Amino acid sequence: MSVRQILGKIGLWLAIFVVVSPAILFFLWMASLSVKFEVDNAAYPPVFIPEHFAWKNYADVLASNRFLTYFVNSLIVTGSATGLAMLVGVPAGYGIARMAAHKSAVVILIARITPGLSYLIPLFLLFQWLGLLGTLVPQIIIHLVVTVPIVIWIMIGYFETTPLELEEAALIDGATRWQVFRHVALPIARPGLAVAFILAVIFSWNNFVFGIVLAGRETRTLPVAVYNMISFDQLSWGPLAAAALIVTFPVLLLTVLAQRQIVAGLTAGAVKGG
Amino acid sequence: MKVLTEVAPAAAHQAAPEQELRKPSYWPFVVPALVVVLAIIIFPWAFTIWMSLNEWKVGSPTTFVGLANYIRLPNDPRFVESVMHTMAYTALSVLLPLIFGTFAAVVFHAKFPGRGFLRGVFIMPMMATPVAVALVWTMMFHPQLGVLNYLLSLVGLPAQLWVFHPGTVIPSLVLVETWQWTPLVMLIVLGGLAAIPVEPYESAQIDGAGVWQMFRYITLPLITPFLFIAGMIRMIDAVKSFDIIFAITQGGPGSASETINLYLYSVAFIYYDLGYGSAIAVVFFVLIIALAAVLLYLRQRTMWTEIGSGA
Repeated sequence: MSVRQILGKIGLWLAIFVVVSPAILFFLWMASLSVKFEVDNAAYPPVFIPEHFAWKNYADVLASNRFLTYFVNSLIVTGSATGLAMLVGVPAGYGIARMAAHKSAVVILIARITPGLSYLIPLFLLFQWLGLLGTLVPQIIIHLVVTVPIVIWIMIGYFETTPLELEEAALIDGATRWQVFRHVALPIARPGLAVAFILAVIFSWNNFVFGIVLAGRETRTLPVAVYNMISFDQLSWGPLAAAALIVTFPVLLLTVLAQRQIVAGLTAGAVKGG
Repeated sequence: MKVLTEVAPAAAHQAAPEQELRKPSYWPFVVPALVVVLAIIIFPWAFTIWMSLNEWKVGSPTTFVGLANYIRLPNDPRFVESVMHTMAYTALSVLLPLIFGTFAAVVFHAKFPGRGFLRGVFIMPMMATPVAVALVWTMMFHPQLGVLNYLLSLVGLPAQLWVFHPGTVIPSLVLVETWQWTPLVMLIVLGGLAAIPVEPYESAQIDGAGVWQMFRYITLPLITPFLFIAGMIRMIDAVKSFDIIFAITQGGPGSASETINLYLYSVAFIYYDLGYGSAIAVVFFVLIIALAAVLLYLRQRTMWTEIGSGA
């Protein structure tokens, strides 16, 4: 019996290793590529841990004059798109949950199904007509396509589970709907707010398709900037991998730190942007 | 005005039947989002349909052409080919993550130290920036310097051309897609596993059932609804997959990995043929809805046969 238990334990950890290793090995290899000189990246058989670390790959990427611009662009676009989505999406989620207007979720579903490129054609024309191309405004607006449905969807789910008794008591005491929302419903829904915020940030930060069409030289976000590096630096893998890791590092960190919230949000709505 | 709409129904609330007077008072919460959704989701859709009925090229005047753009589609070999690529890509990208994701869910359903952290690590591929990930995969696919061919040589397999050969490009891209999205299937199935009671397993164990038998006859039937949901979501995402394919192959070599979404991009934003691009977008959307409907129909039917055989 105890031999069987030990075997079972070994089997479980073997299975865990098999399941987790594709993710771990990939990101370790990504890190390895990013700290190697070209000699090591072109070596056969491949070198995993180099003798000399090429930290200059990171320095080069960070020092390249536009990288900071693109980083700030990403911060502005993701920050604004997430902030605006929270501003309109959280009250909307509350209203929809309280009105039990489940049919309105169909619109969210359509947004979820529609390929991101479909929004781009008409909105591209609209932005051109408004003379907004060349600024960050079009990207902020179009990122709302990703962030608003996520926030509304997750908040509907959260407000549906928060107890009504407190809100009704507050209403009877003469509070307005807005006061009830602000002082009773919102504080209870704080975990939901965190989930909606984190997922909106990640899917906006990662978005690529809107940027390649709408971004000009000065208005690229980081994913677009990294993609554009490919054509220039076909052969220098080190700096490329370093740039890729810098772009995705904040997201990876957030994923591990907030995995509980992320898992809750993803299983609740199974949302994904773009 | 705002105060009135909020206070008036609230005051009437105690006296009148709740449902009727309660509903309008929540409208102010929804209106801002409604405006945004109308502007960025509904308007683009309506405008896309209108554009698809026009000859609409950037820089030249537009003319109404009725259904001409749609009639052009079946006669466009590149479009027809892209539909085939999309179907192959989607079928594989639904099936493989479902298989691996179910296995991973069974593993993560067990209790072991560090489970939360490892689950966080496991879902990193789906959260990581797709373009950054695609870039590293491109390096790994490299026929001479890539680490994948080295790994193949370790187990005695011949080197592959991966994304650089028309015959292997779609399976190679599916490998990336599977690596990326297996975690989502895992999470959904894990939710299903959590809802299964332990009693069936206990009695099966007493009856001497093996691990595989328990999985096949208890777990699998009970998580089938979750597998359907996961399959549906996977289908929707795989059909419109863009970032990975665009960043790794741009639809190449030649047009061997050009899916509908990639072709749509070329038509609209390289050839600037917005009318035709809009027609592709509409047909694409209808196709996704149709696929979802077929899956729903299949689910309904299996549910009925299950009930039928159970009776």
